[in-house]
Amino acid sequence: MSSEHYRGVWVFAEQRDGKIKGVACELLAKGRELADALQTELSAVCFGHGIGEVEQLIAHGADRVYLVDSPALANNQEDLLTQQLIEMIQQHRPEIVLAGATALGRALTPRVAAALPTGLSADCIDLEIDAEKRLLLQTKPTFGGNIMAIITCPKARPQMATVRPHVFSRGEPDSSRKGEIVKLDFNRERMTSRTKLLDFVAEITETVRIEEADVIVAGGRGLEKAENFEMLDELASVMGAAVGATRAAVDEGWTAYSHQIGQTGKTVCPRLYIAVGISGALQHVVGMQTSECIVAINEDPNAPIFEVATYGIVGDLFQVVPMLTEKLKKR
Amino acid sequence: MNVVVCLKQVPGTTQVKIDPQTNTLIRQGIENIINPFDTYAIEEGVRLRERTGGKVTAISMGPPQAETALREAISLGADEGILLSDPTFAGADTWTTSYTISAALRKLGQYDLVICGRQTLDGDTGHVGPQLAEMLALPFIAYVSQIEEIADGSLRVQRMVEDGYEVVESPLPAVITVVKEINMPRLPSLRGIARSKSATIPVWGAKELNTDPGRVGLAGSFTRVIRIFSPQRVCQGEIFQGEAEEQVDCLVNRLKDDGFI
Ligand SMILES: Cc1cc2nc3c(=O)[nH]c(=O)nc-3n(C[C@H](O)[C@H](O)[C@H](O)COP(=O)(O)OP(=O)(O)OC[C@H]3O[C@@H](n4cnc5c(N)ncnc54)[C@H](O)[C@@H]3O)c2cc1C
Ligand SMILES: Nc1ncnc2c1ncn2[C@@H]1O[C@H](COP(=O)(O)O)[C@@H](O)[C@H]1O
Repeated sequence: MSSEHYRGVWVFAEQRDGKIKGVACELLAKGRELADALQTELSAVCFGHGIGEVEQLIAHGADRVYLVDSPALANNQEDLLTQQLIEMIQQHRPEIVLAGATALGRALTPRVAAALPTGLSADCIDLEIDAEKRLLLQTKPTFGGNIMAIITCPKARPQMATVRPHVFSRGEPDSSRKGEIVKLDFNRERMTSRTKLLDFVAEITETVRIEEADVIVAGGRGLEKAENFEMLDELASVMGAAVGATRAAVDEGWTAYSHQIGQTGKTVCPRLYIAVGISGALQHVVGMQTSECIVAINEDPNAPIFEVATYGIVGDLFQVVPMLTEKLKKR
Repeated sequence: MNVVVCLKQVPGTTQVKIDPQTNTLIRQGIENIINPFDTYAIEEGVRLRERTGGKVTAISMGPPQAETALREAISLGADEGILLSDPTFAGADTWTTSYTISAALRKLGQYDLVICGRQTLDGDTGHVGPQLAEMLALPFIAYVSQIEEIADGSLRVQRMVEDGYEVVESPLPAVITVVKEINMPRLPSLRGIARSKSATIPVWGAKELNTDPGRVGLAGSFTRVIRIFSPQRVCQGEIFQGEAEEQVDCLVNRLKDDGFI
């Protein structure tokens, strides 16, 4: 079927435990721009059970929400999600399908694209429309962020992309926006599920989750040992911040992988990011460069982190960090 | 347990440059290595064989020189290597790569588990594992950080997700991708190095795999790279001057002015 038969932009709105993930709203904000540029509709697709606040998807820009609610979908069994999404795409034929580059999104979308079949690009950091050709221009980092590539999917439809969480801003919800919620049945009998989710073990110990934190204090190899992370914990608690880390610090075992920021960790976009003893390798920077304000504390004035920093302190972190903590405490 | 490990040969650095004239990557003078994430896949395959018997087959699609990566895999403990190489395979995107490797797996037949790395260093997509699974109609589990149990045609693993890990069970055969937390790859053994030198690496091309010319290489790819560029990084920020105390004071003032504190 040729591409004229495909219209509309879709956002896969991922949920866990009935709560829609923030990346869905980010994608809807971007998806709205794309749909407007193409003069078409924006739909959110949401699979789960007992999902709260589905209306927020409309407030964030969707014209329509396809809601598939079933107990079988509650904990994101990937086989079921894959089949359901494939079927719906074949039936409704959107021209663009976006999903978050989360553990789920990155496992699900390649299977959907393989089956349809169509092209897919991973981990995009920017999306634009070539309105004349109705093409989605997908910018993605390769070689760990050293090279950016712009990818298109000229013929096959839909054009599919995953987008890293926090690269697009969420925008303000508008509760007066109108849209429709289309409830679709889930036919469990027709689907096969081979993999089975037995358990989920949470590893985040922090009270503040780094993906949602407004302020992040992140540490790297410059901290020298695990005990020194306590210094960051203290600064973080004064600021109400979450603690992040580089891969080097995680590999050393100073903190858990769930705190890792960067290409093989999380992408974050806090208002304030304080990088302590971090060199600013590209693989780290791709995960935090869109933060509103970046503060770098590093003794090496040539460290690349200063290239992305809003404010920089060239100095010994063991002197600077306790001093900063004290001054903030006094305020 | 027969395990197939998919590995890709990639440039041994991410510090690649773009030739401003041709707008393509400068690959000259860059040594090629096994994609680092795939070394964990090899190691896990070898460990499974050591536990359960069977064999480990390493498969790579790439130009003729990718043969060295397969020999290296043998030196690291794989039993055999198969190179998927053909002029028509060149320029493949992840879909056509997966299609080609799936054709090889069909030809190979007897396997219980396919292990891929989490992603490649050059493409950075992580698509090939899940796409292979879909094309072969096999179950799939991404980001495996531990194989808890594997027996009697089924597998139980831990897989990493954002805030922790999930325990997932699957029948075999299946496709998994592994993360670096799963193991610590060993160094090549002397016996392995000797075997890797004498091993014959069969090359399967379009003819052997009976691939559809419209589904391989650049011709079959759904995606096109229309432009590549190096991101610009220039320092626009403010670096404070003076003693540590003065710098910290300046920072606190700025953060206050900007409304962060
Ligand atoms: C495929 C791949 C994926 C990767 N993914 C990631 C990822 O997701 N996230 C990530 O972070 N990295 C990732 N990396 C690793 C990345 O390339 C860097 O190695 C890593 O980010 C470096 O961490 P670092 O800045 O803590 O350590 P270093 O580069 O060692 O930097 C330490 C810094 O601390 C400073 N310092 C030392 N002592 C002091 C002191 N007393 N006071 C002040 N400053 C001090 C030093 O000047 C130096 O700049 C990846 C690498 C590869 C190859
Ligand atoms: N050309 C290839 N030959 C063999 N395996 C590959 C190839 N490309 C990718 N893979 C496998 O698929 C994984 C993900 O690759 P990618 O989708 O390119 O990020 C890699 O870690 C490899 O295990």
